[in-house]
Amino acid sequence: MRIEIAGENALILYFGEETDPRVSAQVQRAVAETEARLGSAVIDLVPSYASLLVIYDPLQLDHLQVKRLLSDLGNSDEDEEVSEGSLIKLPVWYSSESGPDLDALAERAGMSVSDVIDLHASTEYRVYAIGFAPGFAYLGQVDERIAAPRLSTPRQVVPRGSVAIADRQTAIYPAASPGGWNLIGRCPTRMFNPEADPCMPVQVGDRVSFEPIDKERYLELGGEL
Amino acid sequence: MSGLNVLQPGLMTLITDLGRFGHHRIGLTTGGPLDPFAFRWANRLLGNDDNATALEVSIGGLVIEAQVDTWVAFTGGEMPLKIGGEEVDGWTAHPVKAGQRIEAGFSKCGARGYLAVSGGFDIAPMFDSSATVQREKLGGLNGQKLQAGDLLPCAPAANAGGFTLPKQYRPDYASKAPLRVILGYQQDAFSEVQKQIFFTSTYKISDRADRMGYRMEGPAISPSINGILSEGICLGAIQVPADGQPIVLLNDRQTIGGYPKIGSLFSGDTARLAQMLPGTEVTFEPYTQAEAHNQLLLQKRFNDNIEPIKVTA
Repeated sequence: MRIEIAGENALILYFGEETDPRVSAQVQRAVAETEARLGSAVIDLVPSYASLLVIYDPLQLDHLQVKRLLSDLGNSDEDEEVSEGSLIKLPVWYSSESGPDLDALAERAGMSVSDVIDLHASTEYRVYAIGFAPGFAYLGQVDERIAAPRLSTPRQVVPRGSVAIADRQTAIYPAASPGGWNLIGRCPTRMFNPEADPCMPVQVGDRVSFEPIDKERYLELGGEL
Repeated sequence: MSGLNVLQPGLMTLITDLGRFGHHRIGLTTGGPLDPFAFRWANRLLGNDDNATALEVSIGGLVIEAQVDTWVAFTGGEMPLKIGGEEVDGWTAHPVKAGQRIEAGFSKCGARGYLAVSGGFDIAPMFDSSATVQREKLGGLNGQKLQAGDLLPCAPAANAGGFTLPKQYRPDYASKAPLRVILGYQQDAFSEVQKQIFFTSTYKISDRADRMGYRMEGPAISPSINGILSEGICLGAIQVPADGQPIVLLNDRQTIGGYPKIGSLFSGDTARLAQMLPGTEVTFEPYTQAEAHNQLLLQKRFNDNIEPIKVTA
């Protein structure tokens, strides 16, 4: 594990260089350890794919103390098991109507639309990070065969619930927003609801799988058109 | 419900407390005052809690009408202030009577002003904070900037009293002092030559400057890497996208991102930068985390020791 300065009251801990469930599990353990060791001095934590940003109260601790308190994180036994977060099943209505980039993505991949859907829905994903917008969960890894680069011109508005692919990541837009990912379907489950508790169905470290549904079922489950 | 009635909202006026902390993990940014020093003083001049809900007025143009007798204080940028039609001083608590108008004109210097009221505005917190973040539709009255007709709820406080901050302690928003940068994150991906370009050039604040970040225009700097695995972004982080024009990320920044970063601005200087308008020229200088830490402690001790002067009605 490597520690770098991020800002006047922030250090960033790097546990690896690429998307890897074992590295992600180390990040998850480091979140819990950091909270335990720094206690009330933690202002905020940002776990991501392979790093943990630690923002601390500089009136309680300084960077030297924080570094000393966290320097042995990630040195635990490498054979330690990857923690299995909860498995969350999310329904998706895959179609060119709900996913305007589905046809182009299939053509690019040189396979049928139904094969693209099968590949996307048969993979179990891990929540590597949450960010970009409230409740936007980055899920990985998408099968290489259906990975696709971001659109050259992002859309002004991507509808809430859109299921999308960018490179080897997939995600569900928690709210209508601009976006450049390839849209392949819609999920009726609210990914971020400030009034609900918990406000998100998933957290970093959880596993997600998708279940194909048709338009009728999508509407029954509360999906919007 | 009683309070202050918004007649003209100004260019962008936001209801805010000190910000939303502890929720980065679900993608929520902090929001909060771009210039927390001025924000804290607005509350302190009224004897409020530091985190009491107040208004951030960008550029100016705010007109509100009191429905209650209370006290208010305005700090930050030099926006010509009037209460009941009479010109009044900034950085000073003033009594307001029900029916009187409070006006903050367009700023002569400093882009952000803060208007606090005795006891703070009574706004239900979302995720532990009243801070409005428009991008997330969270905080404030409905996640948006003030609109004409909004009512800012607050209790009457006719005898609250307050303080004035002596002139010598008020910040100089016209200061040309370099902005201090703590090197960090992917700084190793920027060669010595690239760092020299960054620290010896003058940059202009572009028109693309908002609460998410201030984009700079000037000599391009290029790191040896194009992108990184997305990672957490702290306040003041300076990211360098492919066009080489640095962006200083501020309170409403995305919580994670994949552009290389050369380091982060010292918080005293994110506040100064956010007080500047597009077109202003700035320079950067290197600063260490240890210097920043010392400066924060000295600043706190200095501020704590200032005794504002009591104002009587």
